[in-house]
Amino acid sequence: MTRAKVTAPGLKRRLGWAGLLAWAALGLPGISVADDVNSTGLAVTEDTVKVGILHSITGTMAISETGSVQAEKLAIEQINAQGGVLGRKIEYIQEDGASDWPTFAEKARKLLVNDKVATVFGCWTSASRKAVLPVFEQYNGMLYYPTFYEGLEQSPNVIYTGQEATQQILASIDWVVKEKGAKTFYLLGSDYIWPRTSNKIARKHIEKKGLKVVGEEYYPLGHTQFNSVINKIKLRKPDVIFASVVGGSNVAFYKQLKAAGIDLTKEKPLLLTISVTEDEILGIGGENVEGAYASMKYFQSLENPNNEAFVKAFKERWGDDIVIGDVTQAAYLGPWLWKAAVEKAGSFDVDKIREVFPGIELKTAPEGYVRIHENHHLWSKARIGQAQKDGQYKVVYETEDLMEPDPFPEGYK
Amino acid sequence: MFADYSMPELMSIFAMQGFAGLSLFSIFVLMALGLAIIFGQMGVINMAHGEFMILGAYTTYLTAGLFETVMPGLYGIYFFVAMFLAFIASALLGMLVEWLMIRHLYHRPLDTLLATWGLSLILQQAYRSVFGAREVGVSLPDWMMGSIAVTDLVEIPINGLIVMVLTLVIATLVYLLMFRSGWGRQVRAVVQNRPMAEAVGIDTGKVDRITFALGCGIAGVAGAAFTMIGSTGPTSGQLYIVDTFLVVVFGGAQSLLGTIASAFTISQAQSTMEFFLSGSMAKVLTLLVVVGILMLRPQGLFALKVRR
Repeated sequence: MTRAKVTAPGLKRRLGWAGLLAWAALGLPGISVADDVNSTGLAVTEDTVKVGILHSITGTMAISETGSVQAEKLAIEQINAQGGVLGRKIEYIQEDGASDWPTFAEKARKLLVNDKVATVFGCWTSASRKAVLPVFEQYNGMLYYPTFYEGLEQSPNVIYTGQEATQQILASIDWVVKEKGAKTFYLLGSDYIWPRTSNKIARKHIEKKGLKVVGEEYYPLGHTQFNSVINKIKLRKPDVIFASVVGGSNVAFYKQLKAAGIDLTKEKPLLLTISVTEDEILGIGGENVEGAYASMKYFQSLENPNNEAFVKAFKERWGDDIVIGDVTQAAYLGPWLWKAAVEKAGSFDVDKIREVFPGIELKTAPEGYVRIHENHHLWSKARIGQAQKDGQYKVVYETEDLMEPDPFPEGYK
Repeated sequence: MFADYSMPELMSIFAMQGFAGLSLFSIFVLMALGLAIIFGQMGVINMAHGEFMILGAYTTYLTAGLFETVMPGLYGIYFFVAMFLAFIASALLGMLVEWLMIRHLYHRPLDTLLATWGLSLILQQAYRSVFGAREVGVSLPDWMMGSIAVTDLVEIPINGLIVMVLTLVIATLVYLLMFRSGWGRQVRAVVQNRPMAEAVGIDTGKVDRITFALGCGIAGVAGAAFTMIGSTGPTSGQLYIVDTFLVVVFGGAQSLLGTIASAFTISQAQSTMEFFLSGSMAKVLTLLVVVGILMLRPQGLFALKVRR
């Protein structure tokens, strides 16, 4: 391991005195510029700050991640129009994770090590987040992660702006039990960690109430044939289908459900999903999913001044026929939360920002109001919307109070 | 396992599962026929098969839009026009691809594999640039999305029936074309002995091009039909490609009859097991059985006896 020990004399021998001087001189600008706001050599100048956007814009996840990229860019542009962060304009460097998890890790390293970005907004799937996590922890970067996810994670280097599983699931099950008198549930999901963990949480909650899960079923990602499970559902006659099918499978599932004569508007059975946002409905078709209930924290149809302004700005920027789903809104929160934290800390240093995180709030959030919890997730409301034929959700319920994020629920510690 | 259900319920299960199996069978056949023609008859491993299917799906999407705005009165039947256009679009693209790329790579199966895989990436990105990264929703006339209620429990999806009929029609047409027409005789001659076929005056280049185009065209029709049951996005084709190859290889690459037999076996096995096991386990078991049989019988279920 002698090679690893490059001591000062060793460096001198390799570079010579002139080289060492040049090396020191190169290192200097990073230190000399505004020492107080940036003591760790981030790409911050007197009037700009560089941040990273890391999503898949090619490959199978591009379908889902496009909205997040658009939201993050919009937020950055709006912040710049208001004068930037600590008087510095935000410049973003966008990298493509290409729906490939090792690529995500590699690009994260590039953003943090080569570009020295102050923060990164990105990732969508849990798999991509897990892939970049060691990189962010090694180089002490900060990632703003927008997707609702399974929980069971709390990194000092990630802010989770979407719901973790309990926020999404508990209130919605309480609601169908109370409002719709549901007694039996059929749990159905794609076969990977998020649906499985979500259903585990759901099952525990259902059984705690003394109600019954009559079926639990998983299909491989990309599965396109749901006839068998639809037959099983017809036979078991559950009150509620609790669905967490994702991606292209979603389209197949809802089309086949309709074709098999299950009309969701009759609510027999009622369908409650945690995976279909307005984005997914574009592909499924409003007429095929009409009547289903979704549990999210944000719907495009939310009526409040923040959201109206957000939807208007989003459409002006990205086109009139665009729709905004839950994750897109959560992605939009990222740059704003970062701005608030930087301004409170008075510095771009990740360590200083981390100290001020708990309690950072956003009164201008399209979903209403959010606040960062000590566990790096957001306090936010849970809402239930009913899918309409035009592809929008009608909000039928929202929790009165903000729900506390609980990434490590009882029984999982 | 059966104790929870009453007798009529059990009867309904079998009826519905039987139908589910049959509709899976027709989907497999529809998906695999085009590939069986290209892979089986020409020896070209077409990794872009799924993308040709999605071209058909996008054609359907565009046709739906066109009918909705220009001739709303005829909207109820647009689907049949769309299928025809899907065939034309995919076949034309197939012809172009054969001329530009495939014909330079005959007898180099691994190179065609790479080249068509590259083609699939190019097509995916092209769809993404033209139609956007998000999935598009292909709307269907109401009558196609309904179901026929036979009893309380048994409901037959109309789109399942349409796929079945379509599969039957296309399979029959392919059969007639391959085994009862002069052109089919030429194709078979080229498959069995290319130099000899050339020697008796068959334009093998042209036969190749048309065969490839035909395979792609059928993929396009399959893609159009699948808008009824699945998603339409730049990468949706990838959802089908594995199953398609599975069916063709299991059936014995050179035999169209083998493709049909294998589609039947796999679909029935899968849908029966899906009912009693979980979805993922059913898939695992199906793949295991197929791998097992292929180990014992590498040439697939039906093998054509030809002199190499």
